[in-house]
Amino acid sequence: MSTAAVSRRGTAPGRKAMSARTESWLRIIAPVAVGAIVLGGWQFLVTVVGVSEYLLPSPASIATQFVEYLPSILSAMYITGMNALIGLLVGSILGIGLAALAANSRLVDGMSAPIVASIAVIPIVALAPVLNSMFGADSQFSRQAIAALATFVPVFINTLRGFRQTRAVHRDLMRVYAASPGQVLRTVTLPTAKPFIFTGIRIASSLAVISALVAEYFGGPRGGLGGLISTSAASSAYARAWAYVVASIVLGLLFYVATLALERLANRRGGGS
Amino acid sequence: MNQAQHGAPSQTTADAVTVTGVDKTFDTRSGQVHALQGINLTVKAGEFVSLIGPSGCGKSTLMRIIADLDQPTAGSVAVFGKSAGQARLDQDYGIAFQQAGLLPWRTVAANVGLPLELHGVGSAARAARVAELLSMVGLTEFADRYPDQLSGGMQQRVAIARSLAESPSLLLMDEPFGALDEMTRERMQTELVRICAETQAAVVFVTHSIPEAVYLSDRVVVMSARPGRIQEIVPMRLDGERTESLREDTRYFEMITAVREALHGGNPGGGIATGGLATGSVAASAPVRGAETR
Repeated sequence: MSTAAVSRRGTAPGRKAMSARTESWLRIIAPVAVGAIVLGGWQFLVTVVGVSEYLLPSPASIATQFVEYLPSILSAMYITGMNALIGLLVGSILGIGLAALAANSRLVDGMSAPIVASIAVIPIVALAPVLNSMFGADSQFSRQAIAALATFVPVFINTLRGFRQTRAVHRDLMRVYAASPGQVLRTVTLPTAKPFIFTGIRIASSLAVISALVAEYFGGPRGGLGGLISTSAASSAYARAWAYVVASIVLGLLFYVATLALERLANRRGGGS
Repeated sequence: MNQAQHGAPSQTTADAVTVTGVDKTFDTRSGQVHALQGINLTVKAGEFVSLIGPSGCGKSTLMRIIADLDQPTAGSVAVFGKSAGQARLDQDYGIAFQQAGLLPWRTVAANVGLPLELHGVGSAARAARVAELLSMVGLTEFADRYPDQLSGGMQQRVAIARSLAESPSLLLMDEPFGALDEMTRERMQTELVRICAETQAAVVFVTHSIPEAVYLSDRVVVMSARPGRIQEIVPMRLDGERTESLREDTRYFEMITAVREALHGGNPGGGIATGGLATGSVAASAPVRGAETR
């Protein structure tokens, strides 16, 4: 009994001890290899097989464009990234706040359910032009608002689920201790909901970037990644358009990895050693 | 120890718990369910009383009503002469459930210190008290572990340490050892006897197990189901002696038989060899055996 069974997350049981190192190598090498093969094949199609550069720009020419337009790419990433970040923050705060209200009040829960369901199915394509004309052609606000809306739904749904995970025995315990509502929130409700909240934010992070980017297609100030992709494509600079697409992927991954790290950190602090 | 009185409970402030005429009905879709009917019970200060009975006899409900976690439909409950609600607000009792109910994101020490923390005890005083409690339950070297790193028995010991944090004069325990294996269970019982002797607390102990009730208690309250009623209160004549050798003593077996017969409604031999001749005793003995094989 004194030597407690220590079951921690890690490599799955049953795997050989020797393979742990090989496995970690494989985790890096496998995707790199896939990437190299795909890019190599792509380059082969364009340079050797002779697919037109106009139809399919080669990886090499995309890379060249990427380097050539790096300052513009970086500033575009910053503009779109800021819109997505502001949207993500505002949407998360609204989602967590409303979920907290819905968890505590059946009335708010009932009222919010249809609203959240309809927000979840609003097409960005329809909303973007409307908001653009509402807030003017030189405002980034409509993009931030769209990113916030896209963020709101998964954060709200996950947070609400998290708030409902509180175990009956913990609720009883808090009542026994005559804990104030604030104490219950701090000691039981929030820590229980925390992993769910961060999962919601992680899911929302990619959506925020995509929404902020797509919203740029429908008017408003240029300069963001979405705007530059459509401008480049419109002027038949396909290699440059692809370079901006690569930048969008990098931005999306950046958001995802950052929120994933945040989620891991939150769960580690919460779940022990 | 305290020789039990079968008579009407006397209402003095010295009594730890006074339950007077308590009824509890639950409204369900299929109509009203009488969980408790006409419950009268007095637990004196420092007395160890077990509630035993078949599943659905309302023994957990009765404990929850004493703890002010449920409200009685009729009747009243006094804890140290106050209402159950006031006693809860004043933190007059400690409680342990069948599930340890530890907060998984807190260390063992932080779990034990939780009630002290919520009630504004300073961190130095808290650390001292937590260290004292952990040594009482023999978990000093596990203070910095997290609950999921402990075995079920150790988690339950943490929960018991937590229930003792504010030195309550009354402990409410709802099958705290129900999920443990037999050997761990016996050791926990021995520890509980020692802790109760040290703290002088009165205990209301809900259990499925006849040997457990007999071993621990001054009095065993035998309840019957549907509606939940007190069938009989069996005083234990074991002279307050609670050692390991008691488990092999004839008096211990006599008391077990007495409680078993009370459970089976005065039908001797009902649950021992044949498993019950009358339907009533089958219903009564089934959950008891279930608990033993767990």
